[in-house]
Amino acid sequence: MTAREDILGRIRTALGPDRRVPAEISRDYRLTDDRSPDDLLDVLTDRLEDYKATVVRCGPADVAPTMARALRTALGEHAPADVVVAPGVPAAWRPDGAVEDDGRPAVDLAAYAAAVAGVSVAIAETGTLVLDGSALSGRRALSLLPDCLVCVVEAHQVVSGVPEGLARLDPTAPLTMISGPSATSDIELQRVEGVHGPRTLVVVLVA
Amino acid sequence: MTAVFLGIPTAPRGVGHLRGDESFPDAARNSLQNGQLRANLGHATSTIRGKRAAVVGEVADWAELREAGRAIKAATMARLDEHLIALEEQVTARGGTVHWARDANEANAIVTRLVQATGTDEVVKVKSMATQEIGLNEALEAAGIAAHETDLAELIVQLGEDKPSHILVPAIHKNRAEIREIFLRTMPGVDPELTDEPRHLAMAARAHLRERFLRARVAISGANFAVAETGTLAVVESEGNGRMCLTLPQTLITVMGIEKVVPTWRDLEVFLQLLPRSSTGERMNPYTSLWAGVTPGDGPQEFHLVLVDNGRTAVLADEVGREALHCIRCSACLNVCPVYERAGGHAYGSVYPGPIGAVLSPQLTGVQDNASLPYASSLCGACYDVCPVAIDIPSILVHLRAEHVEAQTRTTPEAVAFRALSKAMSSPRLWRLAQRAAGLGRFLARGRPTLPAALPPPASKWTRTRDLPTPPAETFTQAWAREHGG
Ligand code: SF4
Repeated sequence: MTAREDILGRIRTALGPDRRVPAEISRDYRLTDDRSPDDLLDVLTDRLEDYKATVVRCGPADVAPTMARALRTALGEHAPADVVVAPGVPAAWRPDGAVEDDGRPAVDLAAYAAAVAGVSVAIAETGTLVLDGSALSGRRALSLLPDCLVCVVEAHQVVSGVPEGLARLDPTAPLTMISGPSATSDIELQRVEGVHGPRTLVVVLVA
Repeated sequence: MTAVFLGIPTAPRGVGHLRGDESFPDAARNSLQNGQLRANLGHATSTIRGKRAAVVGEVADWAELREAGRAIKAATMARLDEHLIALEEQVTARGGTVHWARDANEANAIVTRLVQATGTDEVVKVKSMATQEIGLNEALEAAGIAAHETDLAELIVQLGEDKPSHILVPAIHKNRAEIREIFLRTMPGVDPELTDEPRHLAMAARAHLRERFLRARVAISGANFAVAETGTLAVVESEGNGRMCLTLPQTLITVMGIEKVVPTWRDLEVFLQLLPRSSTGERMNPYTSLWAGVTPGDGPQEFHLVLVDNGRTAVLADEVGREALHCIRCSACLNVCPVYERAGGHAYGSVYPGPIGAVLSPQLTGVQDNASLPYASSLCGACYDVCPVAIDIPSILVHLRAEHVEAQTRTTPEAVAFRALSKAMSSPRLWRLAQRAAGLGRFLARGRPTLPAALPPPASKWTRTRDLPTPPAETFTQAWAREHGG
């Protein structure tokens, strides 16, 4: 007998001939929220700042200059080519002189100081940005290796809670849910921001 | 129905970390003498209890989420075979390979073979309870493969040649000064000026591991959840070491206990709310990675999923005990447990310490191999109250104690006492008699709040390690009868 057959057989033996299959799951928890879109942006901002992320807001026409300012604050004076952007990031958002990710070996992305990506959805209640591996979000290594990550979030991408967020996602895509800069609670259970992932997270909120 | 009776094997001896070298009372007596350990644990667990309470308190529908979490897990177990088959189908359809392992030895052999096939002799690992349980690092080492732990706490434990003592924070028993000392002693090229600021310590770990991540060709991970209907795996973490392991190497091997499967994608909307708030006391953990099979041009191009039984089907066979398989390893029950806080994780002898360990380890190994664990609790019920999937740990503990007592062939005083207790509790007349006999205890205590430790045997076996409260002057039923004339 293969291990597979053996294990499946054990499960059937363990459950017995007349297994009780429970009724439908009752999902009485909140699935939606009646807060206004403006309120959700405020909640998202509050949560992100609680994680020590930097949030800057701007109108649709001002993304590039806003981002340039935020990058200068985060990185100090830097070469424009120190910034790498996901291939699907619109031209209007790109900081001058930024390099587009061209599919080079993933580990080479570690040489950049900052990465710029769009998100697939943002969850206000938990301060979570979700990247989905699309051209706009970029591959996973892009949002991981450079020490500073800039995410652009558009107002229509913001949902209230986790159920609404997951409903908008493709479960088979390579997804990364990001809630603040990398952090650890491993020393005396105190949170410290900045370990292996980006130590700085900047969110440009476009509304 | 028990696994022994049905012929379902428990986790084998001689491999992995589910059994201690000494019984819980003996191990606990040693750790109780370690004042530093108790201070570290007390500080850490009280910090996390406060954070958890605050973020759980702000969720208006916590009770509903908790009930849904419980129900999803119960439904999963009722059809575990079907869900695992669906998961295998989905993972395979998306370019992954699924392996099945009856026990620790088989799982270790599969992973070793997979690593060897890549031609590498080192792997990076992201914290996984399952691989600790099966002793994978030791098995790899025996095959000449170096396994580098990358989670900060795991790294502290590995560098300190120590053992994990907590599910979530395996180095919880170490304070910052001790961690600094370990880093200074074991990290090649570490800054000699390293302070014990947690931030500096985290930076030292970053520098130490960075290059390893960039050159790693094989990674080994655990999984928090695996969705049967879509083949999606989920790893919940904080530091980004998980993302490094799941993204950069060419080959990814994920080792997962069979109970981690959940039926549908929607089920994650419940667990991704319950888990972070219960474990680190955050609204959401910094990183959650979700992937299904292989994505061309993004992440590992070879993906293996190893499904491990190692005693889980034996747990499933016990209708009361199987609830222990619902655990999502948040560690909230450890953080509130008065016994854990004083004894520490090492005393439990298993990678699963605390209340959940007290019910899970003896079931995975068979209760005879971890006989003292079901007694490692005061049955205060705090673990049940905080458990995000409402596992009734106290009831399982009592159930396992009864099973242990029943299995005993030798008549110990404890066995006699438990048998007498269950007999007394089953008859109202005997119970009233027993309560009247407790009046004798009051006489022995002579007005002190606890009974003397020097009671004559066999009672001394009990009072040696416990302060037995002096029985009250009046039982609840007597008081009720007096006040209500019943
Ligand atoms: S038993 Fe419950 S509280 Fe304890 S670790 Fe598991 S899920 Fe968390």
